[in-house]
Amino acid sequence: MTTGEHRADGGGQPSAPALPDVPGSRSWQRAFGDLGSGWQQRSLWGYLGWQDIKQRYRRSVLGPLWISISMGVIATAMGILYGALFGEPVHTFLPYVATGLLIWNFINGCILEGSEVFIANEGLIRFLPAPISLHVYRLLWRQTLFFLHNLVIWLLLVVIFPQPLSATVLLAIPAFLLLVINGGWLALLCGIIATRFRDIPPIIASVTQLLFFMTPIVWSYERLKSNPLSAYLELNPVMHFVEIVRQPLLGQPIVWRHWAVVGAITVVGCGVALLCLRNYRSRVAYWV
Amino acid sequence: MTAAATPEPGIDITDAAVDFPIFDAKTRSLKKAVLGRAGGQIGTDSKVPIIEALRGITVSLRTGARVALVGHNGAGKSTLLRLMSGIYEPTRGRASVVGKVAPVFDLAVGMDPEISGFDNILIRGLFLGMTRKQMESRVDDIAAFTELGDYLSMPLRTYSTGMRVRLALGVVTSIDPEILLLDEGIGAVDAEFLAKARARLFELVERSGILVFASHSDEFLADLCDTAIWLEHGTIREHGPLREVLHHYKGRDVLAEKGR
Repeated sequence: MTTGEHRADGGGQPSAPALPDVPGSRSWQRAFGDLGSGWQQRSLWGYLGWQDIKQRYRRSVLGPLWISISMGVIATAMGILYGALFGEPVHTFLPYVATGLLIWNFINGCILEGSEVFIANEGLIRFLPAPISLHVYRLLWRQTLFFLHNLVIWLLLVVIFPQPLSATVLLAIPAFLLLVINGGWLALLCGIIATRFRDIPPIIASVTQLLFFMTPIVWSYERLKSNPLSAYLELNPVMHFVEIVRQPLLGQPIVWRHWAVVGAITVVGCGVALLCLRNYRSRVAYWV
Repeated sequence: MTAAATPEPGIDITDAAVDFPIFDAKTRSLKKAVLGRAGGQIGTDSKVPIIEALRGITVSLRTGARVALVGHNGAGKSTLLRLMSGIYEPTRGRASVVGKVAPVFDLAVGMDPEISGFDNILIRGLFLGMTRKQMESRVDDIAAFTELGDYLSMPLRTYSTGMRVRLALGVVTSIDPEILLLDEGIGAVDAEFLAKARARLFELVERSGILVFASHSDEFLADLCDTAIWLEHGTIREHGPLREVLHHYKGRDVLAEKGR
């Protein structure tokens, strides 16, 4: 009888409700699927990321404007102090420090919050099914919004202290995009590892502190050039990221070496992070 | 043909197991992993203890399934629901869930105390897989149901527990899921409101293709479900018609006692 029904059905349907072909937990398809469906939920993380910012300044009169103001205060103070220390002229050094700081803030945010990205969202991960990349997108979006707020300070400074800006300023856009992509893989990678090994966040916190001083932000790389040890500074990957964004923003000559280094880091980093996503994506819910 | 374009919602779990690694402060540290690897033999204690929350689970559910999950505390009901929702992927075996899943596990999760009731409605809906537009068109309906009125523009932290539950229930019962997963704990509201919520909950269940409901309330289960899965120590003890399974589970015909 059943066979008769199947004939009537006309061979289009499989005779038994065969198991759907599910790719295993550790497959590229699932890894990219996670990134893809996370991206599709951009109205959600877009809203959440914006809420995160508003949240921080809720009930304050100036609201998110405080981001720009506190950035401005720190940049001015550091610019004047370190300018005096190193004998640099204020009209070039102040914009230099401020621009470096705002780039650093983005990188720092991606690294520090990246290592906590899944731990901090434990409740959401354990109770609502969502691609884990959603939390990374939200973080990147929040950091981008911070960056845009801080960019106001840069704009103010280049108006007050005119810099030799040229058409190369447009290079800041692809440079920032590279920064975002790298922030993304870094947050994903650090996030997954730190969820499994809880010693990672403090390690990362101390390393980033060290990196800040190793990176030419409050001091100028040019002045160290005469020192033979300065070549080692090139080993600091953060320096290249800061340079590719800062050079166009200040109208400095573009050094393509930095772009090449950043390009290589982007490719390798994305590869490693994707591999990690593929292998450990499904474990994050168990680890948080 | 049409089935290929929009696959029919369904849950297929084959011989799945869910093992939780239990990391204490020591095993979760990098030091231990690094030293354990270098040190060789000493590392016998570095093996992470595992809790087998579920094992050998084989379930296949299709549209129209109304399944009750019963079992003692810790039998694995919530874990199975989370496996079905895709939060946990099985450590062994396979699980495939096709369709829009609406998990209703903890009404408080995803609620932000600092933002207004309206914003919380929106966020909660987005998390449950709705689009912004869909939520905006439903917000009036939800507002009417919750009876919170002007309170909805106040931050959530000003709400009482009962008011929060109203809000959460309002959102949850307004969505259109293909697979609805309900965990117990829909209480803490006054009786009058509960009667209203019940009606809405029933409508929601009718709209959704598949229902899996974990509860200790026989009455609720009898109202909503027709089959049942009895979980014991992480395995399926019995899967069959609700009355039979409840009878075996409780050792008496509870539904007959209730006059059903």
